Amino acid sequence: MPAAKAPTSLRRLFDEIGTVDQVGIEERVATFTTRSLKKKSKVFGLRLAVSMVDLTTLEGKDTPGKVASLCQKALCPHDVGDIPPTAAVCVYPAMVKHARKHVGGTSVKIASVATAFPSGQAPLKTRLAEVRAAVKDGADEIDMVINRGAFLSGEFGRMQDEIAAVVEACGQATLKVILEVSELETYDNIRAASFLAMRVIRPGDFIKTSTGKTSSNATLGNNQVMLEAIRDHFLATGIPISMKPAGGIRTAKQALHFLIAVKETLGDEWLNNRRYRFGASALLNDLVRQLEKERTGAYQAPWNFSEATEGY
Amino acid sequence: MTRINISKTPKCYVGGAFIRSESGRVTALHDASGAFFANIPQCTRKDLRNAVEAAAKAGPGWAKRSAFNRGQILYRLAEMMEARSSELAEAVALGGASKADASREVAASIERVVHYAGWTDKYEQILGSVNPVASAHFNFTVTEPMGIIGVIAPDDSPLLALVSLILPAITSGNCVVALASGTQPYPSILLGEMLATSDLPGGVVNLLTGLRSEMVPTFATHEHLRALNGVVNAADRKTLKLGAAESVKRVHLLKAEEPIDWFADKKQGVEEIRALIEFKTTWHPVGA
Repeated sequence: MPAAKAPTSLRRLFDEIGTVDQVGIEERVATFTTRSLKKKSKVFGLRLAVSMVDLTTLEGKDTPGKVASLCQKALCPHDVGDIPPTAAVCVYPAMVKHARKHVGGTSVKIASVATAFPSGQAPLKTRLAEVRAAVKDGADEIDMVINRGAFLSGEFGRMQDEIAAVVEACGQATLKVILEVSELETYDNIRAASFLAMRVIRPGDFIKTSTGKTSSNATLGNNQVMLEAIRDHFLATGIPISMKPAGGIRTAKQALHFLIAVKETLGDEWLNNRRYRFGASALLNDLVRQLEKERTGAYQAPWNFSEATEGY
Repeated sequence: MTRINISKTPKCYVGGAFIRSESGRVTALHDASGAFFANIPQCTRKDLRNAVEAAAKAGPGWAKRSAFNRGQILYRLAEMMEARSSELAEAVALGGASKADASREVAASIERVVHYAGWTDKYEQILGSVNPVASAHFNFTVTEPMGIIGVIAPDDSPLLALVSLILPAITSGNCVVALASGTQPYPSILLGEMLATSDLPGGVVNLLTGLRSEMVPTFATHEHLRALNGVVNAADRKTLKLGAAESVKRVHLLKAEEPIDWFADKKQGVEEIRALIEFKTTWHPVGA
C-alpha cells in the first residue's frame, strides 16, 4: 500500500518514522549472502546461532513426551563437541508445566505462545487470561500476536493498548510481539507496526517476525526492515529492543546470513541471545550438523542428528 | 551469409539441473589433435556435498518406484542415448579413439543400459529368498537399496565405464553421485543431458567433473555416502578405504593400474547389483 493512499493515521505515522526503500532493502540484504565466513568465524557464528535458538514445537499433536524430548535436545543439542544449550524452548501454554519439569532452573528459558496464537482472534479478556495462566505455570517468556485487524484498519490506539495490556499481564516475563509480517503485506507496514509495538514494550522485550503458521515467514528482507526500525528507535530513544525472526529458517547457512545482518545493522551489542533469537525447529539439527562437520572435517549424514531417521 | 558460431558451455547434471561449479572454475578441454574444445566445470568438494544433498532428496522417491517403473525409465534412457548416439560417439572420439571404436563403445553403453533396465524387476527373485527355519515362522530375505552411492569413473572408456558403474546402483533404487573421467569428461556432460530427458527423477544420478585429487578425500569421508563404486589408483584406494572405515561405508573398488575390459559380459549382471544392496531378513509367525 503506497504511503499516499494509506489511512490518515498511517500517513501521519510515516511522516514521523519515515518509509522503507524496498529496492534498497532488497539490494542490501542480497549482499549479506555474499560474505565469506572462514573456519573460526564460521564456528563462532554457528555456536552463537545455537545459543540463540528458541527450539519450538507448536503442533496440535504435541504431547508431554514430545515436549520432554524437545527439552532434552535444548539442554544438550549433541552428545559430543561441547555445543551450548539453546536459549529457550517454545511451546503452547498447556505444555509449559511439562517443560518446567525438564528445564526449570537451567539456563534454557521456557517461552510460551499466548493470546490465541496464531490468529489472535479471541476476546482480549481471553487472551490476557491465557498470558496470565502461562506465566503462572512458569513461562519465562511470552510470545504474543498483535491484532492485525486493528492495525490494518488503522486503529493503532487499540493495537497498542492491547500490547500494553499484555505487557502488564506478563509481569516479570519477557514479551515477544509477533507482527506476523506476511499479513502486513508491505515493508512500510512492517516498519510502522514495529514502531507501534516498540513504543509500548519494555527494554529487552522482543519484536518477532511471524508465527510460522502462514505461507511466508522470516526473510532477510523483513528481518532487515525490523532491524533498521530497532536501530532507529534505539538512536532516537536509547531503548534497546530485541529481535526474533521465526519460521522458514532451516539451514545453518541462512542463520549465518541473518547474523551478518544483525552484525552489520545493529552491531556486536545485539549478537547475544538476550537481544537476538531464532524461532525454529529444524534449524538446530543443521547447525549441529555443520558444527560437527567443522569439528571432524567430514560431511555428516542427517541420521546422526535426530531428524529423519529413515535409511536414505 | 556468415553465421556466428554458437559454442556450448558444458555443465554438470546435478539435482536435475545443469550447474557450473560453485567455485566458478573450469578446465580447458582439448581434443586429440590438441585444439581447444570447451571449458569443463572443475567441481569442488562443495559441489560434491550439494550433489549428495540432491541425491538425498531424490532417494526415497526413487526407491519407492515400482521395479517395473524403474525398468521403463532406464529403458527410456537407452532410447534417449540411441537417438543421440552419433553425438555420443563424437564425444568419445575426442579422447583419440577411432571412429569405429567410439561407435562400438556407445553401442555397448546403450546395450548395458537396456541390460539393467531388464534387471530391475528380476534381481529380487534371484537375490531374495525364503529361508527354511525350524519353528512356526515364515522367514524371508528381501533386498533394499543402500542409499547414496559414490561412483568414481576411470579415465579410459569414458562412457562405457561410467554407465557400467552407475547403472547397477540405480537399478535397485540407489542414488548416485559420480565423478566422471578426469581426462575425457565430455561424454559425461552429454550423458547428463540424456538423463535429464529420460524421466529419471532429478537427483537420482548426479554427474560431476573435476580433479580427482580434490574430490577423493571427500568421497572417502562423507558420511552420507553409503558405498563407493569405482576405479582408482593405489594411493586413492588407501585414502578411500581409510575414510570408508571411519564413516562405515562399503567399498567396491577396481584397480586403475590393471587393464579392464568393460565390454566383457562379466562387467554387467546381477553380481554388480548385489554389490550395492542391503539384505533384510524378516521372521513372520505363521498359524499352526
